[in-house]
Amino acid sequence: MVRNLAIKTLSMVQKKLKEDQEDDSFNRKNSMPKKEPEDIKLEVKDLSFFYGNVQALKNINIKIPSYQITAIIGASGCGKTTFLRCINRMHDLYSKNGYSGKIILYPDGINIIDKKVDPISIRMRAGMVFQKPNPFPKSIYENVAYGLKIKGIKDKKTLDEKVEWALRASALWEEVKDRLKENAYSLSGGQQQRLCIARAIAMDPEVLLFDEPTSALDPVSTSKIEELILELKQHTTVIIVTHNMQQAARISDYTAFMHLGELVEFGRTEKIFTNPSNKLTEDYITGRFG
Amino acid sequence: MKGLLYKKVVDRVITVLLFTTALFTVFITAGIVYVLLSDTIEFFKHVSIIEFLTEREWTPVFAIKKFGIAPLITGTFLIAGIAILFSAPIGILLAIYLSEFAPGAVRETVKPIIEFLEAIPTVVYGYFALLFVTPNLQKIIPELQGFNGLSPGIVLGIMILPYTASMSEDALRSVPQELREAAYALGASKLKTALTVVLPSAFSGVIAAFILGISRALGETMVVAIAAGIYPNLTLNPLEPLETITAYIVQISLGDLPFGSVEYLSIFAVGFTLFTITLIFNTLALWLKSKLREVY
Amino acid sequence: MDTVFEALGIIAVFLVMTFIFAIILDLFMDGLQRLSLGFLTSYPSRFPEKAGILSAWVGTIYVMAGAVFWSVILGVPAGIYLEEYARKNWLTSIIEININNLAAVPSIIYGLLALGIFVYRLGFGESILTGGLTLGFLMLPVIVVATRESIKRIPQSIREAAYSMGATKWETVRDHVIPYSAGGILTGVIIAASRAIGETAPLITIGALTFIAFLPPSPIKADFPFVSWDSFVEMLKSPFTVIPIQMFNWISRPQKEFHENAAAAGLVLIALTLIMNSLALFLRYKVRRRIKW
Repeated sequence: MVRNLAIKTLSMVQKKLKEDQEDDSFNRKNSMPKKEPEDIKLEVKDLSFFYGNVQALKNINIKIPSYQITAIIGASGCGKTTFLRCINRMHDLYSKNGYSGKIILYPDGINIIDKKVDPISIRMRAGMVFQKPNPFPKSIYENVAYGLKIKGIKDKKTLDEKVEWALRASALWEEVKDRLKENAYSLSGGQQQRLCIARAIAMDPEVLLFDEPTSALDPVSTSKIEELILELKQHTTVIIVTHNMQQAARISDYTAFMHLGELVEFGRTEKIFTNPSNKLTEDYITGRFG
Repeated sequence: MKGLLYKKVVDRVITVLLFTTALFTVFITAGIVYVLLSDTIEFFKHVSIIEFLTEREWTPVFAIKKFGIAPLITGTFLIAGIAILFSAPIGILLAIYLSEFAPGAVRETVKPIIEFLEAIPTVVYGYFALLFVTPNLQKIIPELQGFNGLSPGIVLGIMILPYTASMSEDALRSVPQELREAAYALGASKLKTALTVVLPSAFSGVIAAFILGISRALGETMVVAIAAGIYPNLTLNPLEPLETITAYIVQISLGDLPFGSVEYLSIFAVGFTLFTITLIFNTLALWLKSKLREVY
Repeated sequence: MDTVFEALGIIAVFLVMTFIFAIILDLFMDGLQRLSLGFLTSYPSRFPEKAGILSAWVGTIYVMAGAVFWSVILGVPAGIYLEEYARKNWLTSIIEININNLAAVPSIIYGLLALGIFVYRLGFGESILTGGLTLGFLMLPVIVVATRESIKRIPQSIREAAYSMGATKWETVRDHVIPYSAGGILTGVIIAASRAIGETAPLITIGALTFIAFLPPSPIKADFPFVSWDSFVEMLKSPFTVIPIQMFNWISRPQKEFHENAAAAGLVLIALTLIMNSLALFLRYKVRRRIKW
C-alpha cells in the first residue's frame, strides 16, 4: 500500500513539473495564490513612483475592473499619464526612475513592476495608444502586422487574417482595404490614430491603455474613436487617461480622479460625476480648478 | 513567451558588439599616440633633444645631417599665419553678412557654396597655388620666388573659409534673436548691433572656429608640398621657399624609407610634434565651443 | 554704414564664387585638351602625350571600396551604440570627445599611423589593403557623426510605439532605427567618400606609388563564379596609386605638358566630387520627402 501511495505521489509530482514546464510564459516564482474574483484585472497596491528624486505618484491603491472602461481624470501634472505608463513599464526606458509597491495582474497574480518580471512580456499583454498618433513610416499592413511578427507569427495567411480582423475591429478596414501597401502617413490624423489602435489590438492585449488618444484630433475623428473604444470593451480591459471630463463621462464605466500624484476618488462614473464623495473631486468636476 | 530568452541573449550579444565598435575609436587614438611616441623616442636615441629644439637647420637628406626642427616650425606657422590673416577678415565679414543681413534664400545658397570649398581636393588647390596664383602674384611682387609661402598661404586662407566664415556664422546665429531685438529697439543699426551685441556674445564660438581653421591650416599637406617647396628654410619671409612639417613627411615618404632609419624615425618625430600642436589647438577650440553651448 | 557693409558682404560672396570659378576655369584651360578616352585608358608614361590615369582610377576604385567598407563596418555600429545604447557616463564622454578629436586630426597623421602599424608592424605592406584601412580610419569619425545625426532625427514617439508593443531593444533598432536612418547614413557615406577620393598625403605616406604602369590583379574573373578569392587577396596585397597622387606626380615635373595632364586629372577629380556631392544632396532630398517627421 505504501508502494501505491509512492507511485501516486510520484506521478502527481511529475504531472506538476510537466505543467510548470509547459507554462513558459512568466516567472512563476512571483505568482501569488489566485484568490481575487474574476472581475478585477489589475490590483494596484501602494504604488509610488519617483522621477529621480521627485515623487510623482504617492501610494496609489486601486482595483481596475476587467472588460470595463476605466477613465483617469485630473488636472495637468496630477500623475495620470505617469500612472498609466507604470502599467506597461514604459518608465523602464529612461534611467533614474523607481517604482515601489505592486501592480498585480490577474488572472496570473504576477506583480508587473517586480524587477524580476520582464517588461517585454508585460508589454505584449498590454497595448498602448499614445496622445499623438505615431504609426511607423511603413505600409498600413506592416504597421498592424509588426506586433504579430515580433511575437513570432510568420505565416502569411495568419498575418493577413489577423491584420484584417484588427482593422475591422478599429473601424478602419473599409477605408483602407484597397490600399494596405500604402504608407501609413498618407492617412489623415484620425485614421492614423485608428491605425495605431488596430496595431495595438492585433496583439490581442488583455489591457488597452489610452493616453489622451483624441486630444490631437478633430471632433469627428474623436467621436469615431470614442465609439470604437466603447466596442473594444468586449475584447479587453480599457484604461483611458483623459483631460476631457465630458469624454470620461460619455464613455467610461468607472472613473478615477487624481490630484498631485494621489488617487483622490474612484468609483462608478455616474456616482463620481453626480455625487462625488470628496470635495476636491467635486471642485474639479464643477470646474473650480484644472 | 516563446523564445523570449533567445531574444534577450541576442540583445545582449548585439549590445556588446556595438559597444566594441564604439570603443574601437579610442583604440585608434591610442594607436596614433603609440606609433608616434614610440618612434619619436627611438628617434631621440639617435638625435639629441637639444639639437632638435635649438639647431637652426634641418638637413636629414644631406650628407651632413642636422636635425633642428625650427625651420619646419617656422614654415608651418608662417603659412598658417598668412592663411588666417587673409581668411579672418573675409570670414568674419561673410559671417556677419550672412547671419545678420542676408535674406534667408541668399544664406541658404551661399553657405553650401562656402562648404563646397572643403570638397575641392587639396591637390587641386596646390595646382592652383603653384601654377596660377604664384605667376600672377609675381607680376605684382617681382621678388616672389617660384616656391614661396605667400601663394599657399592665400589659397589656404580661402580653403579654411568653411571654418572662419561658415562655422563663425553658426556661432553668430546661435545668439538668441531677443538680444538683437533689444538692441534694435534701442535704435541701434544692424551693423552696430552685430558688432557690439551679437559678436561679443558669440565670441567664444567665433574664436573656436578660427582656432579650428588655424589647426586645419597647420595640418594641411598638399597645398604646401606643391607650392611652398621642400627646402627647409628658417625665415620669416614668405616670398622665399619654405618647408612645413607636413611637406617634409611627404618628401621623405616619396623616397626610399628603410624601416628604423633616422630619416624614417624623423617623420614620426616631426609628426608627433604636429600632432601635439594640433591637439592643443583642437582641444582649446572644442572647449570654447562647449562654453558657447552652455550659455545658449 | 549698414549699406556699405552689406555691399562689402555681397562683394565677399562674389569673391568666393569667383575663386571657385577661377580654379575650375584654370583647370579647364590647362587640361581640357588632354581629357580623352585615351587619357582615361592609358598608363602613366615618360611621354606626357601618352600618359594617362588608368592605373590611378582603378587604384582609386579599389582603395575607396576598402575605405567605405572599413568606415561603415566600424563607424555605423559605433554611431548606433552611441545614440541608442550608451548611457551618459564618463566612458561615453571619453568616446565622444575622442571622436570629435579624431575628426580634427590632420590627415597625414593617419598616414603615419598606418605606416607604423599596418605597413610594418602588421606586415600588410604598401598595399591596397593598407590604403583602404588608412582612408577608412580617416572617414570613420565622419561616418559616426553622420550616423548619429541621422538617428537623432527619428522622433522618440516611434521608438515608444515599438517598445510599447513588446519589442526588444535590438528589434526596435533593427526594424525601425536602422531602416529609417539608412538614407541619411548613406548620404553621409557618400559625402565622406567624396572627400576621401581627393586624399593624397596619407596614401603617399604609406607608400602608394607615383608611377605604376600595371593594374592590380582583378578579383573579377570572366567565367563562373565571376569572383576569385585568390585574385582578391592578390589585389589586396598589390601596390597601387590613386588619381590625386598621379596628379601630384605630374605637377612635380618641370615640363608644361605634364602640368596639362595634371590639370586633366584635376578635372576628373572635380567631376567625381561634383557627381558624388550632387548624388548625396539628391538622396537627402528624396529621403526627407519620403519620411516627414
